[in-house]
Amino acid sequence: MKKVIMGNHALSYGAMLSRAQVIAAYPITPQTQVVELLSEMCADGTLEAKFIKVESEHSAMAACLGASMAGARTFTATSAQGLALMHEMLHWAAGGRMPVVMGDINRSMAPGWSIWTDQNDSLSQRDTGWIQFYCSSNQEVVDTVIQAYKISEKLMIPSMVILDAFALSHTYEVVDIPDQAKVDAYLPPFNPPYRLTPDDPHAFGGLTSSDHYMELRYRLQKDMEKVPALIEETGREYEQMFGRYLGQVENYQCDGAELVLVTSGTAGYTARVAVDELRSRGIKAGNLRIKLFRPFPFEPVRSILSKVPKVAVLDRNISYGHHGIFYQEVKSAMYGQPSPPAIFGFIAGLGGRDITKESFKEIADYTLKHDRPEEEIVWIGVKK
Amino acid sequence: MSKKKDDKRIIFVSETEMPPVAMSLGSMLYNKTGAWRNIKPVIDLSKCIKCGICWKFCPDTSIDIVEEWPQINYDFCKGCGICAEECPEKCIVMVEEEK
Repeated sequence: MKKVIMGNHALSYGAMLSRAQVIAAYPITPQTQVVELLSEMCADGTLEAKFIKVESEHSAMAACLGASMAGARTFTATSAQGLALMHEMLHWAAGGRMPVVMGDINRSMAPGWSIWTDQNDSLSQRDTGWIQFYCSSNQEVVDTVIQAYKISEKLMIPSMVILDAFALSHTYEVVDIPDQAKVDAYLPPFNPPYRLTPDDPHAFGGLTSSDHYMELRYRLQKDMEKVPALIEETGREYEQMFGRYLGQVENYQCDGAELVLVTSGTAGYTARVAVDELRSRGIKAGNLRIKLFRPFPFEPVRSILSKVPKVAVLDRNISYGHHGIFYQEVKSAMYGQPSPPAIFGFIAGLGGRDITKESFKEIADYTLKHDRPEEEIVWIGVKK
Repeated sequence: MSKKKDDKRIIFVSETEMPPVAMSLGSMLYNKTGAWRNIKPVIDLSKCIKCGICWKFCPDTSIDIVEEWPQINYDFCKGCGICAEECPEKCIVMVEEEK
């Protein structure tokens, strides 16, 4: 069934179709229509789930963790400062191997207060051990939530499904809502190997000496390394059942390109328009959209970019005192490769400033004009 | 009051079999926290009025009621002293543990 829905509701539909059993949220800004619609679904019986109202985002994640540990499929959503307040609990989720799926709407961090988009909120949680997906359309959001549960529950690692504030969260698009019976066939009920139950009481996450701590972390990393192959497997299975492939990256005209624009989130689709226009001017451009950020998709990124002479990475985020974060990661992935491209880093769109096709033309012009980047960071659209 | 649960202990042959998350390998019945204690509560039953307040307040459920009388389970009592503080008849005293 096709519906015209906003990005926030795409997350709600994803959680509903996945039959989330416990949803916990703090119902005030930066919370959005994501849990508003879910609370309505819980109230009118569309979704058989327990909706827990808590007093902070830290508690929202804590409630999800308890429920997950007891064997329930759990969902929550947040943004910006709310995500930052969850920080400690994010480590608990990953370290405790609780496969919570959370929607994060990328909003800029305060101060100054902002409800507009950039990626510093989710990228600040890069090292907590969560899988991170950056989505570019409302369709991709619905599909990815369902796939994320499948991957998370198989590996017992939590997932964050991320979308741009307003550029996607409040943008209405046509979405093909998957059929519930088919989703049920794709995503079996959650059945964890160990759970919190009075029938077989255990304590979880307790004191762990140096005899065992490192092994737990080694296993988390080893399981993280299984994510890319599992995305391919579950993405193909999704394609067979629903007609849409869900992969780690999206390659748009990168084969044989002289310049590839590396993007994430909604900027990826804007980049495609720019690529088409550059190609009409005779410039062989392409767009590599990175959807999976953690674990980093080394294999597809290396195989696509090692055949390209020039790469321009667009970041809607910044690691102060260093570079844009996707730029750091792409450079790190390409370091030591047999024929690494010249890689340029650009920052644009902080605090929700528009990234337009003209931004990409400016990026393309700079990259084609220079052999190497002359500045550590090239800022696009900043008023200097 | 002193229900004994059938609890299982998980035994791993090698480290590769261990669960991916830190968890106790048995229930808390195996974790005898009484070893943490420096001072222990001792009840003078001749003054006890069987009110059950000590049983209710014990944060570690280490006081059982056995045939109506309170009995401290020293395998698990950590010696916090809440029972002695709350006892209305002051018939519980905290005594230094000896080696």
